[in-house]
Amino acid sequence: MFKILQKKVLHETVTLMKIDAPNIAKKVKPGQFIILRINEKGERIPLTVADFNRESGTITIIFQVVGSTTKLLNELNENDNILDVVGPLGKASKLDDIKKVALIGGGVGCAIAYPIAKYLNGKKAIVHTIVGFRNKSLVILKNEFERVSNKFILTTDDGSCGEKGLVTDALKRLIVDCGENYDEVIAIGPLVMMKFVCKLTKKYNIKTTVSMNPIMIDGTGMCGGCRIIVDGQTRFACVDGPDFDGHKVDFNTAIERNRMYVEHEKREYDKTCNLLKRSNIK
Amino acid sequence: MPNMSLKKTYMPVQNPNERNKNFKEVALGYNEEQAINEANRCLNCKNKPCSLKCPVSINIPAFIEKIKEKKYEEAYNIIKMSSSLPAVCGRVCPQETQCEGGCVRGIKGESVSIGRLERFVADYNNSKNIKNSYNKIKKNGVNVAIVGSGPSGLSCAGELLKNGFSVTIFEALHKAGGVLIYGIPEFRLPKAIVEKEIENLINLGANIEKNVVIGSTITIDELLKQGFKAVFIGSGAGLPKFMNIKGESLNGVYSANEFLTRINLMKANEEDFATPIYKAKNVAVIGGGNVAMDAARCAKRLGAENVYIIYRRSEKEMPARLEEVEHAKQEGIILKTLCNPVEIHGDERFFVKSVECVEMMLSDPDESGRRRPVEKQNTNFKIDVECVITAIGTSPNPLIKNTTPDLNTKSWGGIIIDSSTGLTSKENVYAGGDAVTGSATVILAMQAGKLAAKAIIEKFSLN
Repeated sequence: MFKILQKKVLHETVTLMKIDAPNIAKKVKPGQFIILRINEKGERIPLTVADFNRESGTITIIFQVVGSTTKLLNELNENDNILDVVGPLGKASKLDDIKKVALIGGGVGCAIAYPIAKYLNGKKAIVHTIVGFRNKSLVILKNEFERVSNKFILTTDDGSCGEKGLVTDALKRLIVDCGENYDEVIAIGPLVMMKFVCKLTKKYNIKTTVSMNPIMIDGTGMCGGCRIIVDGQTRFACVDGPDFDGHKVDFNTAIERNRMYVEHEKREYDKTCNLLKRSNIK
Repeated sequence: MPNMSLKKTYMPVQNPNERNKNFKEVALGYNEEQAINEANRCLNCKNKPCSLKCPVSINIPAFIEKIKEKKYEEAYNIIKMSSSLPAVCGRVCPQETQCEGGCVRGIKGESVSIGRLERFVADYNNSKNIKNSYNKIKKNGVNVAIVGSGPSGLSCAGELLKNGFSVTIFEALHKAGGVLIYGIPEFRLPKAIVEKEIENLINLGANIEKNVVIGSTITIDELLKQGFKAVFIGSGAGLPKFMNIKGESLNGVYSANEFLTRINLMKANEEDFATPIYKAKNVAVIGGGNVAMDAARCAKRLGAENVYIIYRRSEKEMPARLEEVEHAKQEGIILKTLCNPVEIHGDERFFVKSVECVEMMLSDPDESGRRRPVEKQNTNFKIDVECVITAIGTSPNPLIKNTTPDLNTKSWGGIIIDSSTGLTSKENVYAGGDAVTGSATVILAMQAGKLAAKAIIEKFSLN
């Protein structure tokens, strides 16, 4: 059992939780993830660790309510327990050689981008952060990013906050108009966003790392469900990743594979919502 | 009076057309009368050819004698002296190539059904809830860490506990049992039986830490620093192999590991469990081992109309237990032997549509002693399926190797050990089971766990 020590609603569908998990907190590095299961009948879902504190033995997760499990997770409160949490899983992000980075976060992917920004900033690297959201109400971690970035650009699709446009517009401007030279671009967010960031950086020949988040069960290399194609080879995101060279990832296949259970997920989500509604009426 | 019947006493099984729609155990086991009847077929040979072929050297004629005398608890204790998981082995051991393969009765007629008798004794005792007599063992104060709660780890733990050691078993998943839980389906090995065996170990004093990935959450070196005098690595061979043919990324292609884990561990087949599984009308399973049989029979039980087993050799070379192949065929699984997949085709939605195969023929025997399959030119054909499950083996997980620099492994990942002790290249670190051999059987893993336990006992009991 893993106790929820703090719960903070970042906005309607995105929540932060601080969890008591000393074994994981002792080891976890930026880029690694955990797998959790809420109850005996629950599924196992991977979530990247957004922050950690080795002294207090806590890890922080930030998740968006996208399906039935995240919906149920969001129903839990401070002092409630999560049945199973295992980690840290995956390889840590390779950040130590980076002197100047463009860090791109999309939506809830910003939760994963943030610890990277924090780490690089702590190592005195130059961090240019570009974060993108659909609209103002979905913006998260704005102040946190501003504190650890040398340059910070926020974009929204509808212009309701920051610049109107896509993260790729802002990145292109930094590279082309401002003539910024980056050692590396790190992109974390929806697959489509990462795909287009990579398309852009490939043109300018800038090394780009992406963080993949496919469907998986065990997270230790056992199921092979998280396989993606990198440079024509089958790789397991859970043990070979989750970070990969974005210019080598076959995004189209990854996008299709993430849709494998869409119908089931929708059904489960509706079922959970109905159940919760009924129990709230009682 | 010995029973001179040439045939084994029949063991009742669920009707094939009923059982292929449920996940309940297929083989129902002997009752007392049937067990005694079968026990009476044993000639109690003095040289015990059966025991000689048992990887854990159970005194088989002795426990069968006890069945004849209706002393089932004594029979159980005889088995327990050599095996820590009797109810499991009675069900999943390849008896035909081990104990029963050595049985004198098998020369003319069928061998004594040693597996069924072992199962009877174990089930009888488990149902009577007989407490084991090891509770008063004096602890020697030596802590041993066991990595993985599968058959090798459980067997190693059992031996150590009986000899006064303190044991902590680390399990990466949320449930203990390893392949016995995530791999072998309920209808072949009911999970209640595995849980019972694990409960027995906990009663002996085993401490089980779930949700801990050794090599990540804690490393082997840290375990040794934490005060564990020895470590046994029984982490299995968890990494599924793929065929590396076109179309393996399509939705609807599973490794057998994933397919079986979704069902056995996550209960995706049950309505009120959250984990999804893709239910297809037509399913192809690639491979000819027990895992392939398990996957095919699970697919059938999920409601598939046509389930094909695609195997590149002939039925005779299939590595699966004879009984599993027979059961699969009875349940309507279609064997497509001498046939090899070359590509998986998908539809516009990125889901599997068919599997393209090529016919094979057998040429001269290869190093495994089995005749080598060769492709027949221009014999390609397609089978319409919406799901393809690959059951072509697994290799050891590199997590421990990658985080334990002084642990020597073979190029394919198997941990190198001294075959008489299980000792690895690292002091006080032992290994056994699939982590050493690559995918093999439950009983061989148990043998390896026991062997390492013996070495640990010898080394640390002296001090």
